[in-house]
Amino acid sequence: MADNTHSQAKSTGVQTTGHVWDGDLQELNNPLPVWWTYTFYATMVFALAYWLAYPSWPIGKGFLPGMNTITYVNTEGKEESWHWNTRAKLLKETQDAVIAQKPYYDKIAGLPYEEIAKDPELSSFIVSAGKAVFSDNCAACHQAGGQGKVGFFPNLADDDWLYGGSYATINQTLTKGRRGYMPPFNESLEAGQIDQLAHYVFSLSGGKADPAKVAKGKDLFHSQAGACYYCHGDNAKGRMDIGSANLTDQVWLWADVPGSPDDTVKIDAIRKVIVGGLNKGVMPAWEGRLSAEQIKLLTVYVHELGGGK
Amino acid sequence: MFKNFKHEKIETNAGLLLVLTMMAVSIGGLVEIAPLFFLKDTTENIAGVRPYTPLEQRGRDLYIREGCYTCHSQMIRPFRDEQLRYGHYSLAAESKYDHPFQWGSKRTGPDLARVGGKYSNEWHVQHLIKPKSVVPESVMPNYQWLQETKLDVSDVGDRMRALRMTGVPYSANDAEYQRNVNQFGEAVAKTLHIPDALKNLVSQAQEGNFDGDRSSVSEMDAMVAYLQVLGTMVDFSKIKPEDLVKFR
Repeated sequence: MADNTHSQAKSTGVQTTGHVWDGDLQELNNPLPVWWTYTFYATMVFALAYWLAYPSWPIGKGFLPGMNTITYVNTEGKEESWHWNTRAKLLKETQDAVIAQKPYYDKIAGLPYEEIAKDPELSSFIVSAGKAVFSDNCAACHQAGGQGKVGFFPNLADDDWLYGGSYATINQTLTKGRRGYMPPFNESLEAGQIDQLAHYVFSLSGGKADPAKVAKGKDLFHSQAGACYYCHGDNAKGRMDIGSANLTDQVWLWADVPGSPDDTVKIDAIRKVIVGGLNKGVMPAWEGRLSAEQIKLLTVYVHELGGGK
Repeated sequence: MFKNFKHEKIETNAGLLLVLTMMAVSIGGLVEIAPLFFLKDTTENIAGVRPYTPLEQRGRDLYIREGCYTCHSQMIRPFRDEQLRYGHYSLAAESKYDHPFQWGSKRTGPDLARVGGKYSNEWHVQHLIKPKSVVPESVMPNYQWLQETKLDVSDVGDRMRALRMTGVPYSANDAEYQRNVNQFGEAVAKTLHIPDALKNLVSQAQEGNFDGDRSSVSEMDAMVAYLQVLGTMVDFSKIKPEDLVKFR
């Protein structure tokens, strides 16, 4: 194969690498195309220009800072310039965007909630900007349409509220977060008593349950032994100041009653909650993550999802 | 001197090709990497960054074991769209105790650098068991065994000792503990003390109740504890944005 090293191909006269396959296939040793070599040199020239224009080479204890500067407003409110870098660029872009959205957010910050909902221009801002903020931060739990998830996260699109559906309470929920808690009753009550309570709670929302058990459950509910009334109220309609559920409204969050096939399973779902209690229903606080204006925007967005009061 | 040079000389001599390739590559490395060790401007000294507690560190080990990094990055770049979606851009100092760091550039799922505190523990538990149940369009697989499997805590001290050798300031003796008290304060220093690792791990899992079950420490406890601390160590309300600009 290598017996004709550096020979020239018969047909073209170009020097070959000396590799021959199948007796006559040769590898020609052509120089690089001219367009290719000049493009290559051009990239080098471009690199030199780029190094000068943007922060690049380290020199001693510093580096080439580039030729561009970015002017932004510092914490003291004064204009300040620094050599071009992505962080300065981001700071500037953020400040520009804040200025562009300022008329809207100023209006939101200055107006009472009721006025915001009525203002047609602000309404469309809330629908678009509010949807974006909601999708990024809230939809993971409360789902894209705010419909929530039985057993985990409350529905925001209905008119049933644990902590209240007014603008002020929604805002407080968003700002400070919430933490749901119900103690387990498996140690303080006997299995029979818990069964009676489950029947009573099921009947409260119109479920058909054993009347004898319902009567006994009702007594337990209002007794010192059960003490359910202490959190859920004498009328079992819940207390919004502590977020205890309204048991009479046929809305089930923690016990998967709607998803159960028959009454026995439905009552069993309620029983499980009484036995184990609840140490969930944690809503994170958003005050560190979102601005006060964004929270106000979300407050109106959530209020307008369907059930605001 | 190049008149008689033929590229053939390099291409037909494997040893010479190797040496010249290594020279070319190391020039790039020297120029790009070496100066960073001497440039004062590039070293961000940010308050609040601490090593992981034993439980968080075990969660981090599980994060790597399960290959979470193949779909999730942990680095928010300084771009407006990323800042809007994920939060403040990541600082190098925030991963200074990560060995290896989890920056990454492959995002099949979202970036997790600041996922800590964004969702509740129960959301994380439900989401890890069955992601589709809370995010219908998710393509993330189920990790239900995290909830079912007890966390192996037998070697937690050894794991911290190994990290200590790489420069993570876990304390092995009283002198090192005192140094941590001075640097991080007493509450944090206690969690970094290797002799108390197991005790600290169990108590954090009990108090945090990450998986909703206080009776034992599951792998879910560790994983959620880790996820909930991601990106939460630095208080950005105390940092002027222009100071970070000047690190560059």
